[in-house]
Amino acid sequence: MTQSLKGIGASPGIAVARAFFLATERFVPARAAVADGKREVARFREAVAVSRDEVEAIRAAAEERFGADKAEIFEGHLMLLEDPDLIDAIEEKITDEAVNAEFALHEVAQSFIELLQSMEDELLRGRAVDIEDISSRMMSHLRGVPHMDLANLTEECVIVARDLTPSDTAQLNLAVVRGFITEVGSRTSHSAIMARSLEIPAIVGVGAAIYDVSENTVMIMDANEGLILINPTTEVLEAYQVKKQKDDQRRIGLAKLKDQPTLSRDGKQVELAANIGKLEDIQRAIDNGAEGIGLFRTEFLYMGRSSLPTEEEQFTSYKFVLEKMSPKPVVIRTLDIGGDKELPYMDLPKESNPFLGQRALRLCLDRQDLFRTQLRALLRASRYGNLKIMFPMIAVLEELLEAKRLLEEEKQNLIAEGVQLAEHIEVGMMVEIPAAAVSADLFAPEVDFFSIGTNDLIQYTMAADRMNENVAYLYQPWHPSLLRLIRLVIQAAETEGKWVGMCGEMAGDATAIPLLLGLGLHEFSMSAGSILPSRELIGQLNQAQWSAYADQALRMRSTQEITQFVEQIRNGVNS
Amino acid sequence: MVSQTFTILNPTGFHVRPTKTFVQTASTFPCKITLINKGKKVNGKSSLSMLTLGIAANEEVTLEIDGEQEEQALEALGKLLTGIHE
Repeated sequence: MTQSLKGIGASPGIAVARAFFLATERFVPARAAVADGKREVARFREAVAVSRDEVEAIRAAAEERFGADKAEIFEGHLMLLEDPDLIDAIEEKITDEAVNAEFALHEVAQSFIELLQSMEDELLRGRAVDIEDISSRMMSHLRGVPHMDLANLTEECVIVARDLTPSDTAQLNLAVVRGFITEVGSRTSHSAIMARSLEIPAIVGVGAAIYDVSENTVMIMDANEGLILINPTTEVLEAYQVKKQKDDQRRIGLAKLKDQPTLSRDGKQVELAANIGKLEDIQRAIDNGAEGIGLFRTEFLYMGRSSLPTEEEQFTSYKFVLEKMSPKPVVIRTLDIGGDKELPYMDLPKESNPFLGQRALRLCLDRQDLFRTQLRALLRASRYGNLKIMFPMIAVLEELLEAKRLLEEEKQNLIAEGVQLAEHIEVGMMVEIPAAAVSADLFAPEVDFFSIGTNDLIQYTMAADRMNENVAYLYQPWHPSLLRLIRLVIQAAETEGKWVGMCGEMAGDATAIPLLLGLGLHEFSMSAGSILPSRELIGQLNQAQWSAYADQALRMRSTQEITQFVEQIRNGVNS
Repeated sequence: MVSQTFTILNPTGFHVRPTKTFVQTASTFPCKITLINKGKKVNGKSSLSMLTLGIAANEEVTLEIDGEQEEQALEALGKLLTGIHE
């Protein structure tokens, strides 16, 4: 009978193969008294030295196979093998307590493993596996037992294990290993990260149920769903063979799009960018083929600390993003704080209506010290890449002009100080307030670009709080009112030869994309994971035709009519 | 003894690579180097102990240095704490 297990899909894909159990029984040494402490320490040092040579060999092989980035973990292992708090502590224990090296190693390593495993940070809990990795290696040398080597696997299999150590994953024989399943772990554990870079399916965090799987059992793992089927029936097996083939093809197709431009079927080019809110999101954006960063939220620099970030701190962060993306564009939004996003150290007054209160640029224009620091940091970083500065929450032209004036002043100050800046820095604004959308023609001559922030634009247009469930029905991105506002903005920009992006949820939505393409949107900024599917979708759409469809949609009476209309056309195209 | 507090900017916090550079640099100084974060104190010459602090991005870390060349150590290590490491 088919039995199923659930886990966390950590690396996508489908695999069908027999289970190979990686023995994970841990050796617990007994305490033994040692008369000659010096000799015991020497024996331990020998085990450390042999382990170091082995890890160095694995590091060199991993560097060749996966690049310096992935080999970095073994540099960490080499350091652990020299760490005073680990190695010296073990030697001291051997000498002070006159115990055997195995016992001392186990005790000291275990105390660190337990300490790390008890930590809240998922990433750090995952680091316990590094200590397990090197201590089990040292232990096998002390005991004269060979260390299990996954490079020697010869039969096609799915590996089932408690967890895979970095040296396990680095040595996987990819000719036969179809995927792996682990009892512990999360999307951020080392084995999960490795699986994604090796592009093999992985399901982690399945729990103790993995021990119900017996060696050599045929199993299906659908890592897209985090689903494992054990002993599947012939029908299920056949269905999955077909599903796997389709899935593999789709993945290969999407991967091919990674470095391609985004073109509609009739050859109109648009740009797909990523929204990021932390520096660590950049890699995901790059891995998913982002053509730029369409929205870099700077709030993270200000949150979770006890004082304002300095100019130098901000400069370092901006420079990092710009260099990393260069020559691709990075749109950095100036601080969008106040209202519901609080900073305890700023002591902002409580407002009864925070979304309509002094937030974002309104606050920055009032607290110019804060704003000028950010502008200086941005300007100084400008020469390290393709920077575009964007101001949020603008309702009237005076706000934009005042922000631009302050920017220009800081620019002149820096030039006077002899600081080198980029020759040209585009300056744009978010369009998230209906007042700005309907009068976009007044703003267009004064900006290089607009970026439509749909989440706020919807709530302000509908006058409906997006957190209030009772009015959630008014959150209607495809409503004619929204589409009309978007068209006004695009038309105003085009008259002045400026570009328009969108950086809300809507930009990555498969129903909205055909209409937005039809309306003439130039840049779509979305979460990284949506980029490749969106690029594929746009490749199937005829921009000129959708321009006509969008005109029709604008005259419809409701969201429902519009979504049905889009679906009908899409289904027609696909059939 | 000298001490100063820094904010970590590195996007992934203070993990393997930055810790490695930090410990290597710390080990070139004769003085005693202590790191304090979230009320915990550890040896700045041990990457393992530094790891157990779980220093995340945007957190504040205090460096306490005592002994010969403490001023130079503070300057060199402070730079590493606030830098961005790839």
